[in-house]
Amino acid sequence: MSNQRDPILKNIRRRKVVDFLFSLAGLLSLLFALVTLLALVVDLAVTGVPRISAEFFMNFPSRFPEKAGILSAWVGSLCVMLTTACCAIPLGVAAGLYLEEYAPKNWITQLIELNIINLAGIPSITFGLMALGIFVYKLELGQSILTAGLTLGLLVLPIIIVTTRESVRAIPNLIREASYAVGASKWQTIRYHILPYSSGGILTGVIISLSRAIGETAPLITIGALTFVAFLPTSPVQSVFPFVSLQWLKDPFTVLPIQMFNWLSRPQAEFHVNAAATGIVLLLMTLVLNGVAIYIRYRFRKKMKW
Amino acid sequence: MAKSSSKRLSEFTAANHPVRRFRRLKEKAIELLLFLAAASSVLVTLAIVGILVTESLPFFAHVSLFEFLTEREWTPLFENAKYGIAPLICGTFLATLIALLVAIPLGTVTAAYLSEYVSPGLRELLKPILELLAAIPTVVYGYFALLFVTPLLQVIFPDMGGFNILSAGIVIGIMIVPYVSSLSEDAMRSVASHLREASFAMGASRFQTVFRVVIPSAFSGMTSAYILGISRALGETMVVAIAAGMQPNLTLNPTQPAATITAFIVQVSLGDLPHGSIGYQSIYVAGLTLLIITLSFNVIGMWIRKKFQERE
Amino acid sequence: MGAVTTPSIRADVKNLNFFYGPKQVLKNISMPIYENRMTALIGPSGCGKTTLLRCFNRMHDLYATTNYQGQIILHPNMQNILSSEIDPMEVRMRIGMVFQKPNPFPKSIFENVAYGLRVRGVKKKSFIEERVVKSLQQAGLWSEAKDRLHSHATDMSGGQQQRLCIARALATEPEILLLDEPTSALDPISTAHIEELITELKKDITILMVTHNLHQAARTADYTAYMYLGELIEFGLTDKIFTTPSDTRTENYITGRFG
Repeated sequence: MSNQRDPILKNIRRRKVVDFLFSLAGLLSLLFALVTLLALVVDLAVTGVPRISAEFFMNFPSRFPEKAGILSAWVGSLCVMLTTACCAIPLGVAAGLYLEEYAPKNWITQLIELNIINLAGIPSITFGLMALGIFVYKLELGQSILTAGLTLGLLVLPIIIVTTRESVRAIPNLIREASYAVGASKWQTIRYHILPYSSGGILTGVIISLSRAIGETAPLITIGALTFVAFLPTSPVQSVFPFVSLQWLKDPFTVLPIQMFNWLSRPQAEFHVNAAATGIVLLLMTLVLNGVAIYIRYRFRKKMKW
Repeated sequence: MAKSSSKRLSEFTAANHPVRRFRRLKEKAIELLLFLAAASSVLVTLAIVGILVTESLPFFAHVSLFEFLTEREWTPLFENAKYGIAPLICGTFLATLIALLVAIPLGTVTAAYLSEYVSPGLRELLKPILELLAAIPTVVYGYFALLFVTPLLQVIFPDMGGFNILSAGIVIGIMIVPYVSSLSEDAMRSVASHLREASFAMGASRFQTVFRVVIPSAFSGMTSAYILGISRALGETMVVAIAAGMQPNLTLNPTQPAATITAFIVQVSLGDLPHGSIGYQSIYVAGLTLLIITLSFNVIGMWIRKKFQERE
Repeated sequence: MGAVTTPSIRADVKNLNFFYGPKQVLKNISMPIYENRMTALIGPSGCGKTTLLRCFNRMHDLYATTNYQGQIILHPNMQNILSSEIDPMEVRMRIGMVFQKPNPFPKSIFENVAYGLRVRGVKKKSFIEERVVKSLQQAGLWSEAKDRLHSHATDMSGGQQQRLCIARALATEPEILLLDEPTSALDPISTAHIEELITELKKDITILMVTHNLHQAARTADYTAYMYLGELIEFGLTDKIFTTPSDTRTENYITGRFG
């Protein structure tokens, strides 16, 4: 009897070994990715963190590595992000709402949908080339914060459109019918029901897209962003009438990743330390944005029970 | 009281009441506005393709397509300029190939592990952490490639210089692991559980079920994941610009410095080239080449997907 | 069925309890499974008949928080297949299963039937071919499939797919064949085909079938077990269960008074 079972047991044992080896390979792959992530963060932190101080944030870049700071870079990043958000959020949410709530099933809609998928796969540097040719030279916006914001805004547009669509689609039809049943118009339904209920998902998408935009370097170099900027954009608040100025939109700028790239491309190790410190700042911003996005997604998933 | 208010309401809801007409107009205007927003995405594509083509055309008035495709050097900024795209394409493909050699095995195995071996709770924890790899700014990856991975590789290849395509390729590979693994895992998990049960009921092991049933069934979704990874690797710029040396170099030796199409565009953009010069046009030609390569891979991907979907 | 001499026992369920987490789904079940006979499990939905069936090939082991108590003894070597010392893979290699919905793999007809052999590491081509042909013949699918062995299994009709799934299970020569409502997703003609096939198969193989169709049980089964709320109410020869049930609950069910 046991003789009869032996070949089966051997067969099973052999296959179990393969199974075990594969699960080991899976675990190791996962660990490799996580350990690399850890190595990257630790390597950057060990070099960069000691360099971070109040002056580092308050100084302009300089020929002397120990005096150099990231003031113009983080202010620039902030301004560019603001412009990006103003460009991408209304456009992306509106497009997402149209495609989910209004779009008829025809070739125009299909074209738009196909286009959005393709747009997400286009190399980011070609957005930079487009912006250089059109925004900088044709529309004469210059190598300005406005150009940068528009470029990154268009770059992250597909992310916002796709997340908007997903969260709008998740709202059951019951809600729409309930709203129409009391005589609300389409826009009222969207304004008072669809938008509020999908806001969590949309917000997640917006944050993810901003975290993507904040680290984007190549398209901004392509539009000709300066790599050495020792001044700040014009203040939006002025002492003379009309007290508010949009002049900053037309100012030249640099951003954190470009500043980091600039220091990294110098041969001196002291500048590499500055690059690491900038990298840590950049990394922290990205991690915080992503963390917030994950938290919001988690909260909304818990809260929303249809 | 009740009567008069209901009267006012019915007046208000009469079909030709100005308020009703205004509301209808407003609805139409909003729909038009939203449509324009959606259509603007098409405009972006048109703008990209349009500007790449129109800025490239004057270039080919100077340089013949034959020279562009057969010349073995790319030195548009030199005195004696040569315009052969081959070195840039070679660098781009080499970096992408190395990246895929890292990302596809790692990403696929990770995806299978997360989808089939790990408990749902642990998966929910690990996935966002893994996805952080894709969220890290590429310039930070450039730092990592130049100052961490290259010194590490120099232990194995002592003759290798500080700039090389190998380290850039490996780091791009790590960067795109989440793109590959996330979409692959989604595809694997959407394989119907009754197919898994059928396989287990036949006495298959978990590994056999994964490789003989789950992966073949998820293949079309996994193709999308791979194509997305390839697109990212082809278009990746900063890692190569920082760690690979920005020197156009027709070589298949990954320990050599080389430039990709993207790195060349960055290099030119960092300088101050007059608008309309041939150097300026050359970055558009490079960009157009990159776009064509990327789109070709996407088309191939769509074709494979279609072929497999027909069978499912 | 004129079973004058009681057939020998192929498997014996002894005091089986089964739990999903804290919830007890099967309560103290004991019944024999006779060799080369067909046993039908009937009862209203939720009575635990599919759960009991899936104990026989340890399908529940695929999911966490399930728990067996008691035994299923497989004759003649008297192994308890529920024992934690026996690998579920071994049990599944010996006991085949066909599911409610036809679930062929997205592979060719040939590869579907060969799957069990391939998984067992069988390499010999002629042996595999021989087995595939034989199994397709046994499942009554040979004449329809012989010219399209390498076309995709999902191109077939639902009834053909289900017969393919039966062929797939037969190819590894299982000791017991489990059928989980094998005709519930099929049209009447395909159902009749499958029933004919089952009647033919039970001459050489022990079959345990879950069905919600009382006529099907009466037509095809030699023995019938009636389950209700996780308990085995009555087990016996099909004729007896359907004509003179000893329990009033069985009688109510088979006469259509509930369920």
